[in-house]
Order: sequence, then structure tokens, then C-alpha cells
Amino acid sequence: MSETIKRPKRKNPILKTRAPTLPPDRRSRIALGLVRGAALGNLELQCCVACGAVQYPPREACVRCLSAELEWTVMSGRGELVSETTLRHSQELFFRERVPWRLGLVRLAEGVSLVAHLDARCGPAPSAVTIEAVLDRAGQAVLVAKPSAGETALADEPKLRDFTSDPRFRKVLVTDAKSPVGQAVVKAVLEAGADLVWAGHCEPWKNPPGWPAVAELPKVTLVPLDVTDTKSVNELAAELGFKVDIVINTAEHHRTFGIFGRAGVETARAEMETNCFGLLRLAQAFGPVMQSRGADGDAGAVAWVNLLSVYALSNFPQHATYSASMAAALSVAQALRSEMRTAGIRVVNIFPGPIDDEWNQLLLPPKLAPSAVARAIVGALKGSVEDVYPGDIAQDWLARFRDNPKALERELGR
Amino acid sequence: MASRNANYDGVAVAVPVTVPYERFSIRGAHWFIARALKALVDGAGISKDDVDGLCVASFTLAPDSAVGLTQHLGLSPRWLDHVPMGGASGIVSLRRAARAVQAGDAEIVACIAGDTNHVDSFRQSTASFSMFAQDAVYPYGAGGPNTSFAFLTAYYMRTYGAKPEDFGKLCVAQRANALHFPHALFKRPLSLDEYLTARPVADPLRLFDCVMPCAGAEAFLVMSEDRARRLGLPHARLTGAIERHNAFPDDPVQHRGGWVMDRDRLYESAGVGPEDIDLLQAYDDYPVICVLQIEDLGFCAKGEGPDFIRRHTFEANGSFPFNTSGGQLSIGQAGAAGGTLGIVEAIRQVTGQTLGARVENARHALVSGFGMINFDRGLCTGAAILAAT
Repeated sequence: MSETIKRPKRKNPILKTRAPTLPPDRRSRIALGLVRGAALGNLELQCCVACGAVQYPPREACVRCLSAELEWTVMSGRGELVSETTLRHSQELFFRERVPWRLGLVRLAEGVSLVAHLDARCGPAPSAVTIEAVLDRAGQAVLVAKPSAGETALADEPKLRDFTSDPRFRKVLVTDAKSPVGQAVVKAVLEAGADLVWAGHCEPWKNPPGWPAVAELPKVTLVPLDVTDTKSVNELAAELGFKVDIVINTAEHHRTFGIFGRAGVETARAEMETNCFGLLRLAQAFGPVMQSRGADGDAGAVAWVNLLSVYALSNFPQHATYSASMAAALSVAQALRSEMRTAGIRVVNIFPGPIDDEWNQLLLPPKLAPSAVARAIVGALKGSVEDVYPGDIAQDWLARFRDNPKALERELGR
Repeated sequence: MASRNANYDGVAVAVPVTVPYERFSIRGAHWFIARALKALVDGAGISKDDVDGLCVASFTLAPDSAVGLTQHLGLSPRWLDHVPMGGASGIVSLRRAARAVQAGDAEIVACIAGDTNHVDSFRQSTASFSMFAQDAVYPYGAGGPNTSFAFLTAYYMRTYGAKPEDFGKLCVAQRANALHFPHALFKRPLSLDEYLTARPVADPLRLFDCVMPCAGAEAFLVMSEDRARRLGLPHARLTGAIERHNAFPDDPVQHRGGWVMDRDRLYESAGVGPEDIDLLQAYDDYPVICVLQIEDLGFCAKGEGPDFIRRHTFEANGSFPFNTSGGQLSIGQAGAAGGTLGIVEAIRQVTGQTLGARVENARHALVSGFGMINFDRGLCTGAAILAAT
């Protein structure tokens, strides 16, 4: 972990908490194509299907041959810093609060010029840089020029750190810390430098393997939390909601029934109670207070992570009701993303394939280790993405879904 | 090589008008344009019904365009144009108006560029200046045009060895010129030391490298020489004019402008060369673009700009009279009027109607325009030569 990022000073309680400001977020619809790749951490620019020309800024037609067939294509990211400036003045509040701000004019290997936020570790122009597409605090895709070699973690650059949700020095609530994924997440965020973790747990009589060790970790505070109980959620939010910088909602209820596997709706309802309504309860209780802390110093409220499932994209009929609850949760998460964006707080959705836990016993490998899910969550927080599809199965399903969702529907039904 | 254009024989440019600038105004753009039109007709001794052609440039006229102005101002022109090309709009308006007059589509064309400037106008205008600016520049620090010119200035300094003192010399000389010009918003002398130590804005740009947005208007009339004589108007002859858009799109940085592509045609049409030019009115929102115009219009070779600056003086009585009323850097940038300011000053110089510092025996004035930082560079370039009668 880099030493460039210093622990933020303790907040002066007498000073007014700053209100969050956002970078300019207006874009043409065609320019929003950039966010498609950036949401997943990819740099995608328009490439002409007819003549192969790469172009930027995004256009409605090919600048070389006027074809309208343009495909968003992953770029090398290799480029040369041609010129640079450091802004000392800005017309927008967000940047006025952050100047001096370094910018670069970059020529990409594919032959296009672009303006990018410039990493402090980049050498003076001319020098080799790597361009990445990231999400800024308004949730919009922007380009960042990083050094081509050496240490390049975004979270280690004092200014560009703003584009991440780095857990370092932050306080994290893990809503279900007892599950295999929950335990792994607690350990992973502490390793990533979190100041403390509130480990939510319900059903205190349960003592699954690994739990005592996690519960006894320094910096871990156990808190009672049952996401199916509005009172429990509200009580916890009243107690510590104003201190939570990152929510990681790992609570899930997973049963493995198809539609005909079980009569009645009790199982489906239980899954909805935790997976969908649980998220809704948490959002209503913790969301508004987090919004008010979107600019609370260098380590204010910054992110909300939802552990969903790749089944949210397309129903896996063997786990039909679970899939349905995850699709509902995804929909709630999208609304939450829109609400939290106004405060610069990122909502990150994790879409794993089958996790190697008791409820996926009968599924064939590959299955994701809980620690891999935790790594994906921490990676998303330290980086700048909003959708994560960890593991081979999730990647495979995502590719199939993007290629032809109707085909995936039939493939999953086999 | 494209076919040769017809020349501009018989075209007169007259009645230079400046509507005094204000840093901020509560009035609309229509007010400034109306004041300009009034000054044009009063100055020409005609009625507004005699104006049968209107060409308008403005950033702040929305939701109106030139069309709305006809009803707003009670005009029934038979020729109408709106030129949304910022700093190149003056030259482009002049070219179009000249052709309209030559073709008989209009007899007297009023070319007016004017804008208002409310508090916060500039931010709003740069935030949505163009699709590319909105999508790919403004979200990066929201520096407005400062960002693009900082890139260009840094690149130019690194590549051609220009020093801050070189740009400063131009700014200081323009301020000296402006002190004689009654409409300049800057009234105090500027020393090189003040220039060099001013507040940094976007490295390497400092405060006096950047134009100050304001409200105001500039205007002139285009008609036949014959008509100008009959009206008894002192006038300049238009002897050459060029425009070019999106030149050299593959240059990684805009180190040259479209003038390079068209300057031979300009001088050929005017029958003069750079050595015959008595004064240059260059578009000067930032000094680096002045240096590009000096080079690209053939006053020195590419990269020799810094040396050219060191060898010359730029006051109205200097070895290279330059932006003789002070330019936008010392008068203010009244939106699109910044692209017409140089034409108006050139008319004044070659017709002996100067309001400020005078260039002795000015026979040929070259005016240059540059406009529209659409993404990473200015897209529109233009230039015209005005000659004394």
C-alpha cells in the first residue's frame, strides 16, 4: 500500500459539513457510449465497421468514411502525452474545490487526440502514458492518463483517488458478516486499510465455521442487523448511520427451487424479503444520511455495494425464485444508484456466478470462492467501476447476454 | 488546387462602429446589436430601411437568430445571414456580404457582432459550447478555453523555444495601444513584470494571457465603392479574403492554422505581400494564437515567432503595428464581437478615423480571425486585407 495517501485529519465538529458537488455530467447520448466500457473498467472507443477508423470524441458517423456503423471497441490505451496543463482556476464548484488540477492532451496509439485527467506520476510531456476510462463522482465516464510503467493504482494518487471508493481510512458496514462471503469481505476490507468494520449479524445462536476468528478481529465491531426487520435496520441506522462511509450489502437468502419445486410463495417471499426488500430497507434507512456526507472530508461517505447474482440478468430456472428476487434487487439498486449519484456516492453491483457455498452444492464447477468475491468487491472499491462480473461463469454469461439475451434465456433453460 | 476565386473589386467597407463595452450587463444581446445598427445608419446618414442586407454574429441571442432580429428591429432585408463562427465570424460575414453586394443581392449590408455578458454567462456558454466540448472537454476541470490554449501554449513553448517574456511583450504592447483607445476596459498600463507574476490560471497561462469576457458590439457596413462615394463615406476597399474550417485535422496539436492553406490566395488576390502590410489585426484571445497568425500569415516562418517578437515592437508606432486599438486582451472580449473588433479597427486605420493610436500612412491592413474551440482546437480561420482608397 502506497504511503502517498495520508490519514485524513479528524473532522472539526464545529465546521459545517460541506455539501457534495459534482463534476459536469451533461453528455450527448452518443457520448454515453463511453460509460458502457467504463462501468466494467474497459476503455472502449468508436471504431468504424466499414473502414476501421477509430474516432474520439464520439460521433454519429465515421469521420473518415461517413458510415453509420460504429462499434464500441476496446482500445490499447497506449498513448503519448503531447501537452499538459495544471488548472489553477475552474468554472465549476467541484473543480474549484480541488484545484490545482492536472490535465493532459494525449495522442492515442490508434491515432486520436483526447483530453484526460492526468496522473501526478506521469512525466512531463512528451512521455508515454496509458489511458483508462473511469467513472467520475458524477458517475460519468472520463478518461485518465496514467504512467505507462511503475506503480499506477488510482487510489494511490492523491487527486485521482477521488474517482475511487478506496476503503482505506474508511468505516464500513457489512450487512451480513457471518456468511462465507461476509466473513471474507470483512477480512478483505480490513486488509485494504479500512478503519473499522461494523459486522452485521442476525441469528446470534448461529456459529458457522470461521466466524469466531472474524468476530474477534481488531477493528471489527459486531452489530445486530436483520435486514428483514425494518425496526432492526432503522435502529442500527439511527445509531451509526451518520458514520458509515461504505455499505457492503452481503445479506442474501438463497434457495434452489424452480417454479414447480415448491408449492406456494413462501420461499420466494423469504428470498424477496432479504434480497429485495432488505436492500430497500437499508437504502431508506442509510441512504439519506450517507447522501448528506458525500463530501464529508477526505474519507466521507463514498460507496454502496450490492452483492447480487448474475442470475439477475436472466433467470436461471433451476433457481427460479432466487433469480427473480435478484432481478428485483437489481432494479432497486438501479434506482438507488440514481439517488446516490446526486451526492457523488457510487453504487456498485456485484454479479457473481455460483459461489462455492452450501446452497450451490449441486452445481458443477467452476464456482467462485468466497474470498474471490471479496477480492472483486475490494477491487471495485479501489478502482473505478460500477458493475463487476467476477469469475469465469459470470463473464461467460455476461458475454452471452450482451451478444443475444434471447439465446441466453434458452441456454439457461437447458 | 481549387479554382481561383473572383476578386473583390468594387467592394467598400465603411462606418466602423463600436458599442462601448461593459464588463457585465443586465441587457440582452438585442440591445447591443440595436445600438450598433443605430450607430451604423446614423454614421452613414441613411435610414434603416436602406439596409437591405443583415449579417449577425452572437452567442447570446438565443432563442433568437438573425431572423428574430429582423422583427425585433423592424427590418425587411432581402438578404439575411447568421454566422455562428465566434472569432472568425467577422471575416466570414465580410466575405459573404461582399459577395452579396457584388452579385446585387443586397446594396447595403450591415455586419453586426454583439453579445451581452451577464454574471455567469461565460460558464454557461462554455459548458455547452459544442457537443465535443460538452462531452470531452468541459467535464475535465471545466477550465473553458483556458485548457485548450494552455495545451497549445505549453506545446509551442516546448517545441519552438518561446519564453513567457515573448508572449508578455505582445500583451504589454497591446496594453500600451489600448491606453489610447477610449472603449478599452483596461485603463492602466501593464508592465512586463506584472504580466510575468500575475496569478496563474492554467499553466503556463497567467491572468493577462486570457481575455476577459464582457458585453459590447462591433459593426460595419458593406456596400459598393460607388455607393460609398455617393454617400460621402470614408471607406476601405476589400482586396482579399479567405476562410478555412477544420484545417489539418490530423495534427496532434494545433501548431498551425488554416491560414497556411489559403494565404497565397489572399496575397495574390490583394496584389500585395506580407512586406506591404502596414498593420496586423490578429485574433487575440490568448497571445499564443497571435504568434501562430504572425507565422501562418507569412510574416515569418513556422517556429520563428519568438525571434520575430524579439526583433520587433508592436505599438501603433512600432516596427510592426499590431492590434493597434489594444486587441481583445486589453479591450475585452465581447463574445462574437471579438471577431469583428479587428475589422473595425482596420477600417478606422486605413480611413484615418482612428479613435486611439494611429499608424502613420496605413495603406494595407491585414485582419485575421480565429474561432470556435470545438474540441481540442479552433476550427475556423479567416483573414482579409483592407486597403485605403
